[in-house]
Amino acid sequence: MSNPNGRFGIHGGQYIPETLMNAVIELEEAYNHYKNDPAFKEELSALFNDYAGRPSRLYYAGKMTEDLGGARIYLKREDLNHTGAHKINNVLGQALLAKKMGKTRLIAETGAGQHGVATATAAALMGMECVVFMGEEDTIRQALNVYRMRLLGATVIPVKTGTATLKDAVSEAMREWTSRISDTHYCLGSVMGPHPFPTIVRDFQAVISQEIKDQLLQKEGRLPDAVIACVGGGSNAIGSFYHFIEDKDVRLIGCEAAGRGVDTFETAATIATGRVGIFHGMKSYFCQDEDGQIAPVYSISAGLDYPGVGPEHAWLHDTGRAEYVPVTDDEAVEAFEYLSRTEGIIPAIESAHAVSYAMKLAPQMEKDRIIVITISGRGDKDCAAIARYRGEDIHE
Amino acid sequence: MSNIRKAFADGKAFIPFITCGDPDLETTAAVVRSAAENGADLIELGIPFSDPTAEGPVIQGANLRALQGGVTTDRIFSMVRELRKDVSVPMVFMTYANVVFSYGADRFIETCREIGIDGLILPDLPFEEKEEFQPICERCGVDLVSLIAPTSENRIAMIAREAEGFLYIVSSLGVTGVRNEIKTDLASIIKVVRENTDVPCAIGFGISTPEQAARMAELSDGAIVGSAIIRILEKYGKEAPVHVGAYVKEMKDAVARCGR
Repeated sequence: MSNPNGRFGIHGGQYIPETLMNAVIELEEAYNHYKNDPAFKEELSALFNDYAGRPSRLYYAGKMTEDLGGARIYLKREDLNHTGAHKINNVLGQALLAKKMGKTRLIAETGAGQHGVATATAAALMGMECVVFMGEEDTIRQALNVYRMRLLGATVIPVKTGTATLKDAVSEAMREWTSRISDTHYCLGSVMGPHPFPTIVRDFQAVISQEIKDQLLQKEGRLPDAVIACVGGGSNAIGSFYHFIEDKDVRLIGCEAAGRGVDTFETAATIATGRVGIFHGMKSYFCQDEDGQIAPVYSISAGLDYPGVGPEHAWLHDTGRAEYVPVTDDEAVEAFEYLSRTEGIIPAIESAHAVSYAMKLAPQMEKDRIIVITISGRGDKDCAAIARYRGEDIHE
Repeated sequence: MSNIRKAFADGKAFIPFITCGDPDLETTAAVVRSAAENGADLIELGIPFSDPTAEGPVIQGANLRALQGGVTTDRIFSMVRELRKDVSVPMVFMTYANVVFSYGADRFIETCREIGIDGLILPDLPFEEKEEFQPICERCGVDLVSLIAPTSENRIAMIAREAEGFLYIVSSLGVTGVRNEIKTDLASIIKVVRENTDVPCAIGFGISTPEQAARMAELSDGAIVGSAIIRILEKYGKEAPVHVGAYVKEMKDAVARCGR
């Protein structure tokens, strides 16, 4: 392949219509130029710190640690970022890059709405037009985020095709990009899609693992034993893993959404149940049937409800460097409630998948061991849905 | 000479696209026969995909209906095998990379050769990724058709130089679907194509009327029509073959008038 950087093992690549090829090539060239440009780095760093509220806190969850009786647990508080999730890291980077490229319009897909809100926020800040594609099903599950996006000046387009969830929103955003390229940047929200997106998004999210490393060295004088994050497309997870990939003693654990269980069809656990395929611009693992038709997936979490996974995760899985474990709706909801009660922190239902696995793992580890859980977002957006899950109908 | 080249040997070509299994494979087979009898020079058979990202709403709908009707890759192969007993018009498959990859690229492309499929069009397989299937296609004598888009610019020569079968020139930005107007400067694109290859080129995306088809055929070697045919299928269902036949005849007459 002419572009070896687009591959993670066999995964990745650029499986997109010819119409978009010059757009991704132009994006790659711009990114390669600006990523080493001191002025760009300084501008982005100022946005991260003064606007998004970085660095995010690394919080020692003392009560949770005591309650579980095993490893010491730290929470990486991406939920405290402006707009309430890690998504802002990537979006500020891409929006700034798009602006430097002379683009005046951002389009984005969104599942839970966090990436859409982040994109609408960056567009408002930088004076750009913004259109967000969101599965119709998700606009109902995450009505509050739809309102937030509109409040921020974005147009939200409900996508009715297919399963009317995240995958269909990605397809529709790609279709929109092929019809309007010259003034428009597709601000992809996860470490997926065609090269260079998985690399660009990873680089902008890698600030998470850089900070975890620095903060933990300061607090404990050493590296963690395990880093745990939830994985849909996988952007907060790759951000949390990246600077630890070379530290072989640090276990990297990605938590996939198992929905009603990996032995049912109502699951979104791609690595547990999928196989290698080509979709949405990349080669990676996908939930699909034997004819290669992409499977309708399910999770209580709109943000993890995606039939694929980023190509770098696929490669980390192939090489055994990271582990991927399924977490069911039930387990995630329990963890959502547990962290709220125990630490007074309401995590996003996505992040609750990571909390759930830590609750299993921590008691099996010695007390001098350290686990870091990335709380990728805050859970306010999920309260109505979780109440419904528990049989309580509340009005937002 | 590849079978596809024969489609362009007798003057300007008219190339209809049909989604296999919309509304069922019996109708598809009848539509193929009807199109062939009425002058189609090359037929594109779409293998449906759950998430066709290069398609507009009309062809998306056809994909959905076909999949809901229970169409599978193997059943489409059987239909083609049956058709090939009496239909000699060149035929190519148009589908998405995952349909081929997931079936096993070797097994898929070898079956294409065996059942008499002459080429493969994969809209999500650009020049940079064609190594995925190109060596197998070459071994099996199945042409891997390349696409050129209005945004290809500096890439046109590179793509044209390695083109096989025919070149699919995408008329407009965006996805498939009927358009009132095609504004791309196709003449300049085709000029670069001609400087770099003698492989014929046909224009598709947005063409529905005989006038549009004639204009596109004047600029190139042929016109490709998809959504307008799918609309006929949408409207007439199992009764569509005779209507598609009449439409193909009208369109073929229009492109044929453009001469050779």
